[in-house]
Amino acid sequence: MKQIFSVSGYLAVKEVWRNRARFLLVSLVIALITLLVLFIAALGEGLGNGNREYISKLDAQLIVYQAKSDLLISASRLGRERLAAVRRVDGIADAGMLGTASANLILPDGEQTLKVSMLGVEPGHTGEPRVVEGSQLTSDQGKEVIIDGNTALRSDLALGDTLTLRVTQGTNDEFYDLRIVGVADGQQYSLQPSIFVPFNTWDRIRPKSEAEVNSSNLTANVILVRLNDPAQIEEVSSRLVSQVDKIETATLRDAIQALPGYSAQQSTLNTQGGFTLFIGILVIGGFFQIQILQKVAQIGVLKAIGTANPVVAASSVIQIVIVTVIGVAIGGLLTLLFSLTFPPTVPIIFNGTTSILAVVAMLLIGPLGGLVSIRYAVRIEPLKALGLSS
Amino acid sequence: MSEYALETKSVIKTYQSESGTIQAVDDVSFQVSAGEFVALVGPSGSGKTTMLSILAALLQPSSGQIILDGQDLASLDDRKRAALRREKIGFTFQANNLVPYLSAVENVELMLRLNNKLDKAGKLRARELLARLGLGERLHNLPGQMSGGQQQRVAIARALIHNPSLVLADEPTASLDTERAYQVVETFAGLIHEQNRAGIMVTHDLRMCEFVDRVLQMQDGKLVRVYTGKEEVMQLVRNGRPSNN
Repeated sequence: MKQIFSVSGYLAVKEVWRNRARFLLVSLVIALITLLVLFIAALGEGLGNGNREYISKLDAQLIVYQAKSDLLISASRLGRERLAAVRRVDGIADAGMLGTASANLILPDGEQTLKVSMLGVEPGHTGEPRVVEGSQLTSDQGKEVIIDGNTALRSDLALGDTLTLRVTQGTNDEFYDLRIVGVADGQQYSLQPSIFVPFNTWDRIRPKSEAEVNSSNLTANVILVRLNDPAQIEEVSSRLVSQVDKIETATLRDAIQALPGYSAQQSTLNTQGGFTLFIGILVIGGFFQIQILQKVAQIGVLKAIGTANPVVAASSVIQIVIVTVIGVAIGGLLTLLFSLTFPPTVPIIFNGTTSILAVVAMLLIGPLGGLVSIRYAVRIEPLKALGLSS
Repeated sequence: MSEYALETKSVIKTYQSESGTIQAVDDVSFQVSAGEFVALVGPSGSGKTTMLSILAALLQPSSGQIILDGQDLASLDDRKRAALRREKIGFTFQANNLVPYLSAVENVELMLRLNNKLDKAGKLRARELLARLGLGERLHNLPGQMSGGQQQRVAIARALIHNPSLVLADEPTASLDTERAYQVVETFAGLIHEQNRAGIMVTHDLRMCEFVDRVLQMQDGKLVRVYTGKEEVMQLVRNGRPSNN
């Protein structure tokens, strides 16, 4: 085995080195495919993260929705009495209301606005994000706000600043000033940066229809539930559904999948990524097939002088691996350089896992694409290749 | 163990074609001793290339035996035949002889590498052999940077470097001018005699038989005549064509 790899490695490296311009050209094509695959993966991660970031970071295990809301947060309505009932169920450590809405944040220049997700949370309860700077919300109805890292990045607002929100209530545009008491890490929701206000404040300043303006009904969208023992999620979920009227529950994972457009978006991007990899297989396969066709006589000579088939096959595999590794490395480097030039508004995230998966997939498609050519090389008859057959 | 380096016994090779069965090699038997250089001649279609392919363990005979160093080639499977070609046979072909991305010395060393025998002594031997063949200044040239004659000489060095029992040459002078052709065959013959190998050269150019010990003449797949001894061989060379008897 050692002898096979020693000879095949020698032949493969020599051929690549002595024809480096040709092989580099293929590596560059692989680099471009890698760039595309990594960007699609990063775009999928960025867009997915923009949708799910807040939910995925919640210190909760279950989300309680209004029954028959199809796990759509914006379609669910839950009042205070449900919160009290949820909190009474055995196995629940904490529960907090969550109200979601959109608002326009007026940027410090006074002219431009930034669309943000305005989330109403209960101070000190599940749903309020941990701040990385400043303090948590203190009052249930104060004019204070926690902004997430994305809002801070895109608005230039900082701890202690006062931000102004423009919301439409009835037929009027209303403006509300809130003091920034804390800054949390990235907490995007619904592809927008987020701000967190006390629940009662949220209910007062959220966009409302004419009918809602004069209503005194305090309703949240969902209730976020933290369990005493996360392992008992099934049991507590059943208990909740049986003890609290007209609700349904979902794990965070299911809740994320049910976010509007999330699954469709992810499957679209995954399909694109898959097709790009498929194109990669065809390109690499095509190149090596043409190359093998061009060197039939040369492989014939090698076989005629006694080179064993495993050496011929291993040599082809090693060449493919060398070309692919160089291509992927160049592609990774190009991706890194390009990514540095993108503004923070572009939803691209080079998450370690997805990037590594994309890179591993790229490394695998090389040998996969070259399989046909390797099979062809192994089947070359030296007699025919050398023109000795009658 | 046979007293001959190579012995063929009643070798037959038939092919099936649309027009029926073709007898490419028909009951051919001969022997070659170590240190003997033999030419296989005959017109186009006489079966000499098929015979060479069988001797090279590249083609299985339909029947008969080819005994090289006491081992019957016809009984070996593909893997063992590849090993036998690597260890006991040296080759030169008409063209496309060399691996194009290896330099002259690397091409020669390749045989030692394939046999896991590339050591310092082997490297030195490869350089010395190339130098003897007049390629001392061309050691690191790629095949594309050498003339046809130089490439043939590298191929000769590659065919001999691993001390094979049998050295085969298929029309080694086909792409060379007369002067180069004489040089190549003379050198080839000299090395075969000196290193005590059994050598067989297929050629259509009877002038090249000047350097061989024996000439085997084939026609229609049969071995029709053997020219033995310097006198007989030289007469054939001078006549420029085989005799009819």
